[in-house]
Amino acid sequence: MVGPTVDDMTQQGVRWTADQVLALAPDVASRKAGSKLGAAGPWSEAGSSDEGTVWGLCKGSGSKPYQTVIDLADAAGPAYKCSCPSRKFPCKHALGLLLLWAGGDGAVPTSQAPDWAEQWLAGRRKRVEDKRSAGGGSSTAGDPEAARRRAERRAERITAGATELEQRLADLLREGLASAERAGYGPWEETAARMVDAQAPGLAARVRELGAIPGSGPGWPVRLLEECALLHLLDQGWLRRGELPEGLAATVRSRVGLPGSPDGPPQRDSWLILAQYDTGDSRLTTRRVWLYGTRSQQIRLLVSYGAAGRAPELTLPVGLALEAELSLYPGAGQLRAALGEQFAPPAPTATRPRGRTPSQAAARYGEALHNDPWLDSYPLTLERVIPTPAQNTDDDNSSIWQLADADGDLALPLTPAFTSRPGLWRLAALSGGAPVTVFGELGHRGFTPLTAWPEAEGAAVALC
Amino acid sequence: MSPSDSAAAPVLWEELVTAALLGTDRRTPPVEAAGRDAPVALLDAAAVQTVRRRAGLRPAPAAPRPEPAAVDTRPLLPPAAARRLTMLLSDRPATGGGGRRGSAPDLMELLPQWLALANERGFAPPPEALPPLLDAARGRTDLRPAALRFAGPRALWLARLNPDWRFALRAAPGGGAALPSPAEPEGVERLWQEGLFAERVALLTALRAHTPAKARELLDTTWTTERAEDRLMFLDSLRTGLSAADEPFLERALADRSRNVRSTAAELLSALPDSELAGRMAARAASCVVVDPTAETATIMVEAPHECDAGMERDGMVAKAPAGRGERSWWLGQLVEAAPLDTWTGRLGGRGPEEIVALPVADDWRAELHAAWCRAAVRQRDPLWARALLGAPASPEAGGPGAVSLAERAKLLATLDKEERATWVAGFIAAHGLSEAFQLLGVCAVPWTEPLGRAVVDALNIARDAGSYPWSFSGVMGLAERCLDPAEATRLDALTATPDEPEDASPGAGGYWAEAFQRLAGTLRLRATIREELTAP
Repeated sequence: MVGPTVDDMTQQGVRWTADQVLALAPDVASRKAGSKLGAAGPWSEAGSSDEGTVWGLCKGSGSKPYQTVIDLADAAGPAYKCSCPSRKFPCKHALGLLLLWAGGDGAVPTSQAPDWAEQWLAGRRKRVEDKRSAGGGSSTAGDPEAARRRAERRAERITAGATELEQRLADLLREGLASAERAGYGPWEETAARMVDAQAPGLAARVRELGAIPGSGPGWPVRLLEECALLHLLDQGWLRRGELPEGLAATVRSRVGLPGSPDGPPQRDSWLILAQYDTGDSRLTTRRVWLYGTRSQQIRLLVSYGAAGRAPELTLPVGLALEAELSLYPGAGQLRAALGEQFAPPAPTATRPRGRTPSQAAARYGEALHNDPWLDSYPLTLERVIPTPAQNTDDDNSSIWQLADADGDLALPLTPAFTSRPGLWRLAALSGGAPVTVFGELGHRGFTPLTAWPEAEGAAVALC
Repeated sequence: MSPSDSAAAPVLWEELVTAALLGTDRRTPPVEAAGRDAPVALLDAAAVQTVRRRAGLRPAPAAPRPEPAAVDTRPLLPPAAARRLTMLLSDRPATGGGGRRGSAPDLMELLPQWLALANERGFAPPPEALPPLLDAARGRTDLRPAALRFAGPRALWLARLNPDWRFALRAAPGGGAALPSPAEPEGVERLWQEGLFAERVALLTALRAHTPAKARELLDTTWTTERAEDRLMFLDSLRTGLSAADEPFLERALADRSRNVRSTAAELLSALPDSELAGRMAARAASCVVVDPTAETATIMVEAPHECDAGMERDGMVAKAPAGRGERSWWLGQLVEAAPLDTWTGRLGGRGPEEIVALPVADDWRAELHAAWCRAAVRQRDPLWARALLGAPASPEAGGPGAVSLAERAKLLATLDKEERATWVAGFIAAHGLSEAFQLLGVCAVPWTEPLGRAVVDALNIARDAGSYPWSFSGVMGLAERCLDPAEATRLDALTATPDEPEDASPGAGGYWAEAFQRLAGTLRLRATIREELTAP
């Protein structure tokens, strides 16, 4: 992927790249359909304004063309409007129009918005404005006494759930993990459902993951014992949360699944967008965006969600920097934050995150576990590492990859999951045997690269 | 990574795992229960050990680092062109489609042109574009030469790490190791003696393009020790730079043990009009074709050979005719094909090619004789004869299945220069329409000349007015998208609107045509943009 360049800045803010546009697509079918419409053919009267709006008429199967308009001005993410009947969001017409605009071949000239587009834009901006002036007001009103009682009731339910889960784990260990393989997935699914009833979604998710471990390849008893032990640790943390230091207690609450609110003081910085990636199933898409404070040198995480068929609204182009305020969620060593006020749209930057050697990175992951023992991985930047193929000594001699210290003799292995993804080859190509800077997540399964920079100057290359 | 446990810890952990696997009812865990149930004590200890193991993970010893890729000295693609490449590569052909093509350009089809242009301008790809580029070349062999040339040395470095891209190593001689320069005789000699077959073919081809005589001499040093199928491939590489100097070597190859080698050698010799073999064939052919002195109007008489003797076989003729063909006409065809075309002016009363082709031929030999002359004109790359055999593009015979098939006509056209080729095809389309034009258009140079482009667009317009559906012309449409001069886009704009439907038209055809013309115009504009993007600032 190629990042926007300074040249592009002379036109309407930053012209997006095709990859950034395609990242908005809610699913693969939309990506494909949108790509097909990203050409001048079906479009007429297309145009864009300096404020970051794009509009056009797309010829569909009917006699009347669809009216498509997109507002990119709002830093909270693009807004779309299309007269087509599609329930995908954004629809293929919006994607196609953005691709056409991103292509920059003059098919979407700067011009005056037609009335139909102007009407929607004006209405939308007014609504946003109203919301902003009304925001921060007394919308969270309600009886504080009632809220406290609700919280208490929920805590009681979770306690009951955690106690039941402890019993379930003890039974499992008494019977032996070997029995879990025989029992299959059913009992776990049932226990997970009971944790959902107990309003402890964090526990439910961990239980569901436990159910997938038995019989999942060599070494599964070890992995199952580890996860059972950590779940036990979380149960115990919840049941004795009164005895914990406040930071750790907050971590336990959020791990169990109680919603926290970002109550940290706003931290203003120019946040370099390190990586953005989506995970999830057919019901929910979770988008994670890693940011790096170019002044504070701190790493933060933004998480947003999209319901079925919709991409999460927040989209930030990797490699650009965003001048904004962030507020942390509670918890010791917490990195997750909420995006507050934004002072300018994302803009190019030459800054790269400060990096570490593989040894320093491994030590940093260990320290992070001190604050949050349930941490699967920790965001880190490795500097001067060389992607290196190696033989897997544990398993059959399948090939694994490492990020080897260019100036030492130690290396961090890449996670097996990453090794089978196309990002591996982009990383290898970028390196060509020379050192690179790599941002990613380091955990007990290895390192998952997310973004890389060449040794010489050059734009960030997304690997996820 | 490896857990950095103290000596006792791994033992403890393993005992915990064993107890957990078997169950605390069967195996007492090695932990202090201190008033708790055994399973809970086990979980407590396991939690401590799990966090301990994870927090203590250490980096692993590094494997040997890969050799760095060779440096690519070409300038990097301009950013706009790099974005375009990403877009072209991410457009996978729609699966399970087959239906209508819509009005958007077919991006994958533009990749060959994009690559040719980028190579012409000498740009290097951004490294992260290499994996999709190699994947595209893996799927389409026709893309490979241009894609690999553009991909450069780092692609070969990558291909050595990924089995999916092995093809790149096969295609690139020496697995990416540069071929020794022709000016470096020791390197050439070593690779010729020790290299793999593919490397040797590549070496010979490269050397032949550089100094043809050196290549032949190199081949001669080991000729008698090569295997028959290898000899055939090596001999084939002599087609480039073929000259009279190769004749002695080729003459010897006429006595080769392998029949395929013999016939290839004969074919190469017959392409040298002054060779002895060509002379022998001329003499044989001349005795078979004469102008009948007795006829009122000059007429060609054909007396096909009665036998295929050992001398003829040695000169590459195949004695046994394919099933369904008469032996004598089979032999005649081979003789005329291998005889130098210059022979005929002297033999047939000082007539030039056009007069000869116009002569009537007695006894139904015309098709056989003209077909053999066509093959000879193609083999000897003779534009005078090719022009004569093609005839006027507008002549009624050119449109139908005449003596000369469309495939042969396309080959004949290839011997003409590109202007003449385009003009002939334009004339053909103006007279006969598009239904037979696909193969002929395929040999025209890209972009099409203005008269040719006009002829195609006019013919498409006529086809639309005649009420047929555009997919009857999808082959020509696809070619036009790739080959029309982008400057023609403005002339197409009038055609992209949906016209009112005349009564006798196929239902809905107007809309489909508008869509097809929109795609054509859109593709042309895109090509113009691509060209601009690849122009160095």
